[in-house]
Amino acid sequence: MAELTKVAPMTETPQDANAANRAPTVIVDDLHIVYRVYGAATEREKGNAASAFMRILKRQGRPQMREVHAIKGISFVAYHGDAIGIVGRNGSGKSTLLRAIAGLLPPHEGAVYTDGQPSLLGVNAALMSDLTGQRNVILGCYAMGMTPAQVKSKYDEIVKFSGVGDFIELPMRTYSSGMGARLRFAIASAKSHDVLLIDEALATGDRQFKKKSQERIKQMRKEAGTVFLVAHNLDVIEETCNRVIWLDSGKILMDGDPKAVLEAYNKA
Amino acid sequence: MSQSDTAVAGGSTPLPEGSLAQLAEHHGLKRAIARPAIGPYLHQLWERRHFIRTYATSRNISKYSDSMLGQLWQVLTPLLNAAIYFVMFGIILGTQGDVDNFAAFLITGMFVFTYTQRSVMGGSRAIASNLSLIRALHFPRAALPLAYTLQEFQQLIVSMAVLMVIIPITGETPTFYWLLVPVALALQTLFNMGAGLAMARVGATLRDVSQLLPFIMRTWLYASGVFFSIPSRLKQAHAPEWVSWILEFNPATVFIDLMRGLLITSYRVPKPGYGPPPDMTRIWLFALFWAVFALVVGFWYFWRAEERYGRG
Repeated sequence: MAELTKVAPMTETPQDANAANRAPTVIVDDLHIVYRVYGAATEREKGNAASAFMRILKRQGRPQMREVHAIKGISFVAYHGDAIGIVGRNGSGKSTLLRAIAGLLPPHEGAVYTDGQPSLLGVNAALMSDLTGQRNVILGCYAMGMTPAQVKSKYDEIVKFSGVGDFIELPMRTYSSGMGARLRFAIASAKSHDVLLIDEALATGDRQFKKKSQERIKQMRKEAGTVFLVAHNLDVIEETCNRVIWLDSGKILMDGDPKAVLEAYNKA
Repeated sequence: MSQSDTAVAGGSTPLPEGSLAQLAEHHGLKRAIARPAIGPYLHQLWERRHFIRTYATSRNISKYSDSMLGQLWQVLTPLLNAAIYFVMFGIILGTQGDVDNFAAFLITGMFVFTYTQRSVMGGSRAIASNLSLIRALHFPRAALPLAYTLQEFQQLIVSMAVLMVIIPITGETPTFYWLLVPVALALQTLFNMGAGLAMARVGATLRDVSQLLPFIMRTWLYASGVFFSIPSRLKQAHAPEWVSWILEFNPATVFIDLMRGLLITSYRVPKPGYGPPPDMTRIWLFALFWAVFALVVGFWYFWRAEERYGRG
């Protein structure tokens, strides 16, 4: 840490020293995300062939394109063993932030630094819906870089954890949304990730599964991974996270202890 | 750097002092959007070989699982295609006089072209139709287009078995040249892998391609001499030399001619009234060139955009 103290020798509070002892896994540095949305056509711009042709002749871009400034300057540092809950109203930029950390959205300004490759587990992330659950488990494990021997040893555990039972032999498109989410979480959490981003993926699970997945997240934290959790169900966040970030219209409103932040969030 | 106005407003987790970029550098953290160098990338890809194989097999199994005839379609589709073209171009329009064993000539061309065509079409969809998988798990994206080509290769093995039965029926006797068929297929597979990788990048960024590709493919089919002999057609049309050069350098023509030269004796051997036979040495060299060129360029082109797949 010699380099760092050189940069800021004046303000070394005890908390800073504590933080400095832990290795950071995700650093978000003054991040701005602006993304383009296509297909937001207004009433006037009817989507017919003639208007599309005129647009190309006039060398205009697609008129349905809109720019959305979703993240407006966010900075924070996440450390090994952190489970960070992200709360905020719909459209406050929670999912956008996760996708930026996963490297799926390029920063407009600022940067995201990560240790290893983050994995994003979204609610709609059907793996391969035409294939059976069994195939999805095997393919998912292989895609994460496991060897056939590792897959063999993990397979039963994954299926048991997901609790989908006999449905494992049916194509994933026949699953209920809750079952799909359970299997996806079971697959993704079979490997220890440096950074796991969970976007409402546990929302559709039942009570028993929520309990199991919270156990799994705790275990991953112990293995020194970092977990980000977006959920509208605040109990889940309060029970699993050691830190909560409250986003509001693309900015951090509060960042800290779950109790304090959630209390303030509930009042707002 | 404007940490002060974004950080802690009432919370209790302070930002570390100093530049966050330096902190990241100090702990060896990398930008979330970064592409691995080509060496480590190839290594990662090799680690995913089981994924590629399993994905290809699974897709082949699930592809026909809804239909009553199931896997039989793997054989029926190329056969039906060959039958239609045989009736249209061989009997009704009369290209049959160009070549000696037209049935073998046509069916070989059809099977070889279909392999490349389907690899290219599959490649163009490989990224676009697997976005959720790409977003959920981290793996070298080239695994997907390669899996699509492997899937077509597995399908081709079935087609080739059919071909090996049909060709003797049309009157050909197996020769030692048949032993070279796997080599020709290997070269074509390398070409298809490269073409599939390149098309995967094009298809991922330019959605219009899926509308355009069927037309491009049909043009390519007609330009590749699947159901007519290019030299004798060009001679009839009095086409300039460079046209025949382009048509014969066309990779699909090269691989089709290669396979015909191996399987059909009359295609290889000079015969009075049919003009000079194809120069097999030149065709082998062209095939080798296309295999290496497409794979190297296609892989490099795909890898260049690795970090951009699945965005948006």
